[in-house]
Amino acid sequence: MTSPDKASLQKLCTQIRRDIVRMVYNCQSGHPGGSLGCTEFFVALYFHILKHNPAFSMSGKGEDLFFLSNGHISPVWYATLARAGYFDIKELSTFRKINSRLQGHPATHEHLPGVRVASGSLGQGLSVAVGAALAKKLDGDDRTVFVLMGDGEQQEGQVWEASMFAAHNKVDNLIATIDYNGQQIDGPVDSVLSLLDLKAKWIAFGWDVLECNGNNLEEIISTLEKAKTRTGKGKPVLILMTTVMGYGVDFMMGSHKWHGVAPNEEEYNIAMAQLEETLGDF
Amino acid sequence: MTRFTATEKKDTRSGFGAGLHELGKKNPQVVALCADLLGSLKMDAFKKDFPERFFQVGIAEANMMGIAAGLSIGGKIPFTGTFANFSTGRVYDQIRQSIAYSGKNVKICASHAGLTLGEDGATHQILEDIGLMKMLPGMTVIVPCDYHQTKQATLALGSHKGPAYLRFGRPAWPIFTTDRPFTIGKADRMIEGKDVSIFACGHMVWQAIEAESMLAEKGIHAEVINIHTIKPLDVETILASAEKTRCVVTCEEHQVNGGLGDSIAQILGRFRPTPLEMVAVQDSFGESGKPLDLLKKYGLAPENIVDAAMKAIARK
Repeated sequence: MTSPDKASLQKLCTQIRRDIVRMVYNCQSGHPGGSLGCTEFFVALYFHILKHNPAFSMSGKGEDLFFLSNGHISPVWYATLARAGYFDIKELSTFRKINSRLQGHPATHEHLPGVRVASGSLGQGLSVAVGAALAKKLDGDDRTVFVLMGDGEQQEGQVWEASMFAAHNKVDNLIATIDYNGQQIDGPVDSVLSLLDLKAKWIAFGWDVLECNGNNLEEIISTLEKAKTRTGKGKPVLILMTTVMGYGVDFMMGSHKWHGVAPNEEEYNIAMAQLEETLGDF
Repeated sequence: MTRFTATEKKDTRSGFGAGLHELGKKNPQVVALCADLLGSLKMDAFKKDFPERFFQVGIAEANMMGIAAGLSIGGKIPFTGTFANFSTGRVYDQIRQSIAYSGKNVKICASHAGLTLGEDGATHQILEDIGLMKMLPGMTVIVPCDYHQTKQATLALGSHKGPAYLRFGRPAWPIFTTDRPFTIGKADRMIEGKDVSIFACGHMVWQAIEAESMLAEKGIHAEVINIHTIKPLDVETILASAEKTRCVVTCEEHQVNGGLGDSIAQILGRFRPTPLEMVAVQDSFGESGKPLDLLKKYGLAPENIVDAAMKAIARK
């Protein structure tokens, strides 16, 4: 793997954060908090880690696949896909509007390139990723399947069904990441329904667990690279990725308040002043 | 006189097992998943001959539906197997989002549907599954009537594109469609008649055939049509028969709300208002018992179909 051009990846992060806030402001709905928190992860994944082809094919044979289980952070995914060349960045202005391919939560129904399954109803993405990983093994395709989940999403029982299955069946071409920001709609995860020792749980379920700071670009890149070296060893790999919800916009940071709320005009202007236009707005 | 004779009895789930095994031989893309009901679903032969394409997921049906969706992305054709209750109601949101809305080529194969599951009782006797599944956009819903037709339907699903629900059952049941062709979406007119149209699906097709011979003894000529595909519905065949007989009876091992009768009532109401009687479970749960005793208690015996036919005829 070539070494990443940090400066250009950082520019992408800033522009994608800008895209996120502009998309959500535009339609006055959507989920900026988790999107902003996961921006480094998406940039690292699509601009350095994944072997992928923006001339999208559903089957993705010979490619790494990515699934977004916590589909509500669609703004960061859509902005990343557009910036990676899956579709025109102008289309970002249609987000959550009628007749758009950019549905509130990701869907295949409108044939948006880059999306392989609908998500939004939580807890389902890991199972789908496990299935896709099994199919790659059956086909002798040695690429890797990636999936991102939320930490609040860990409250869904299906996650643990899939976790158990993947370890039992040695689905070791799979790297799951949890956005460990400690927030969910109704408040801090610890006050809504504590996950207690999440790392110990995943280890107990038979996974190879790594940890990192998801808002440090170098650290998320090196952790994803490390995770790739841990595939093929009989265990699925999990990254517990600590992030700050709303990262990059000071008044949105660290609070569940911005999970699913759009900024008003004044807030929007403050946010824009904090996020430089590095690559041209949509 | 009944023009169909049952040479032997066999459970429809065994038809699924035989069809799946044959598909496994024909098409290497076919994979199967089971949630700890391998023997009940008769998937043993597939597992034995194609172990690398068989996935035991344990008692985790939601995960099974998600894995099936994921497997289909690269071109695999997953067949999931568990009881009808756990194939639908338990995992409705997984099917809705990851399979139906996502347009995945997953075949949801469901045994032990309806009252004829028998002694296990109402927790397992789902009578709402046809309605649940037919409401999902793009979902094909098939309810075959005997061993042979279940096998044919399973084979047909191997080359069908898109999400589908295949519903079958537990008890040994007469086999009577051995010589009849099967096409998804094409209703099978089994007996021609002029006085009343009886539309039935699943185990109730045999009940309708028995009712037809009882009606014949009264000098009434019933038309019996096997609507093995609830969705897409063969509207043309249904309307043509209703046009001819001018009264209709529907028969299903399902709630009166949401099933075959509901679909046919909608078609008749929109295109050809016709007197209609529905033989179905009348908005109640089932209970433990022997399959035939349960069908009788809940009004799904041939005698009930005869009564419904007489009522429908009287309303012409």
